[in-house]
Amino acid sequence: MRNYITKRFVLFLPTLLIVTVVVFSILRVIPGDPALLILGGESGDDEFTEAQLQALRHKLGTDRNILVQYFSWIGNMLKGDFGTSYFYEGDQVIDDLKMRIPTTVQLAIMALALATVMAVPLGVISALKQDTFTDYITRIVSITGIATPNFWVAIMTIFFLVLFFNWAPPLAYVDPWEDPWVNFQQLIFPALALGTSNMAFITRITRSAMLEVLHEDYIRTARSKGLTEKIVIFRHALRNALLPVVTLSGYEFGRLISGTVIIEVIFLVPGMGRLLITSILHRDFPMIQATIVLIAVVVLVLNLALDLFYAWLNPRIRYT
Amino acid sequence: MAVNQGTVQALPDPTITGLRPKRTFLQQFVTFLKTKRLGTFGLFIALTMVVAAVFAPQITQNDPYVIVVDNIYDSPNSNYFFGGDHLGRDVFSRIIYGARISLVVGIFSSFIGCTIGMMVGVFSVHFGGRTDLIIQRFIDAMIAFPTLILAIAIMAALGASVMNVIIALSIVYVPSTARILRAQYLAIKEMDYVLAARAVGAGSWRIMIKHMIPNAFALYLVIVTFHLGGAIIAEASLSFLGVGSPPDVPSWGGMLSGAASQYVALAPWLAVFPGAAIFVVVFSWNVLGDALRDVLDPRLRGTGPS
Repeated sequence: MRNYITKRFVLFLPTLLIVTVVVFSILRVIPGDPALLILGGESGDDEFTEAQLQALRHKLGTDRNILVQYFSWIGNMLKGDFGTSYFYEGDQVIDDLKMRIPTTVQLAIMALALATVMAVPLGVISALKQDTFTDYITRIVSITGIATPNFWVAIMTIFFLVLFFNWAPPLAYVDPWEDPWVNFQQLIFPALALGTSNMAFITRITRSAMLEVLHEDYIRTARSKGLTEKIVIFRHALRNALLPVVTLSGYEFGRLISGTVIIEVIFLVPGMGRLLITSILHRDFPMIQATIVLIAVVVLVLNLALDLFYAWLNPRIRYT
Repeated sequence: MAVNQGTVQALPDPTITGLRPKRTFLQQFVTFLKTKRLGTFGLFIALTMVVAAVFAPQITQNDPYVIVVDNIYDSPNSNYFFGGDHLGRDVFSRIIYGARISLVVGIFSSFIGCTIGMMVGVFSVHFGGRTDLIIQRFIDAMIAFPTLILAIAIMAALGASVMNVIIALSIVYVPSTARILRAQYLAIKEMDYVLAARAVGAGSWRIMIKHMIPNAFALYLVIVTFHLGGAIIAEASLSFLGVGSPPDVPSWGGMLSGAASQYVALAPWLAVFPGAAIFVVVFSWNVLGDALRDVLDPRLRGTGPS
């Protein structure tokens, strides 16, 4: 186990470095000159002088060597300085992110919790009643959930809520520390819409994991010992089947974060995803860079943690 | 080469040839239609989509770009089958023309992305050692970005256009394809026939092109089909967020943004039809991919991105 951990950490650091290089190259190298973009705007018909351009370049620091820019960016990030926003003049990027991240994380966790609570029983029932009507319905629902884009689910959710309950997305977001109940009411529908595809996915893997486990010898042994079906299923089968389910749904966190971008825009939730989209529309590069690096690093750390967790639970994979 | 060729010819082994009668492609296709009902359904819808995309001008009555003030928020009628949008354009025409965008983006980005991924995978395995280690770290880093987030970042840098959506999504599909295929190539590399090929003096290129790539081709095709469905959703998501196809282009995702989601209660046809189009098409490609996987390579059952 110790060798495995060391190996994973040694491989982790270069990966982390490459992540920053990728973000930096996408957002600093491809778009050309950010100063020109800010001054010229979308249409390019705004008037500006060469001196203004030079001054802005100097202010943004884009007049320096590209390698210098990269290393100062990394160095500042390590010190906790993510730069200042181009659009919200003078705003520290880190302050905006600090405000937005908890909302997004709360939304993602609620979605994952809702999805798991619904999906695991569905998957188990589907596996126990393999090839029956119940199983077919569950499988069709699950494929449907995977094929439906979550923004459509979100729009349809709003449609039915407005139609039947006269509910519309709230314009003012309430902090959970202020009023947990109102906050819960505000986030429950976005979380449901966000969790749909995850629910479908978790149902699918629970079903296949359960089917696999049910054919194991120890299940036959448990049954032949005369244990009740309830104990066989819950204590012997489900416990083992849930292992891959837990880790695989952890790896889904990245997709969940992708989903929050869209869900936050539709439901007007002031989270990180909406910040990312508004920053892109305003070409606010420091903000975009910081958000994307942060998301990638979180996913990377989470994946590492899950890998180690899984290796700890299941010794077979440590040696591969 | 006028040397005597064909003098020594292996006799057909009656035991083997008798066991497995040679089937033509048509026969295999018929078996597919008979045994894979859901897959056949997927194939049918996918072909319908291709026909709709190709013959869009013949199918529709109205130009998808023309703005008619009189028809703003028209409910579905005999001229506008699916109603009119916030600018009075024909929603039905825009959906049929939208099939072109979805199909072009889906096919090009999944094929380009998966093909580059395949090449990266085969290089990584064939050269092994340090090359493999470095390439795999790059793939680790790329995989750390959630698909849509990476696509959004690339679109932010490139700017909104259909061509750029194809470029962004192609890049996004490279690392995951390379990772899945690498595992397959690692197994193939250890096969006796690769050893045999090497023993008779086959070079790197010959082994890669004649042995490794063909033997994982089924998996490659399955990944392409799955990514095709995924790319259609991704294009719709990007256009919905306003960073994909430009707003006037009839894209299913773009049609759902703005007025469609704001006035869904007043004009539900604006949101229902494009969303249903995305769902039906992606569902079809997914079940087609499932069926193809079972037929082409039964060992892969239970794999695949969805």
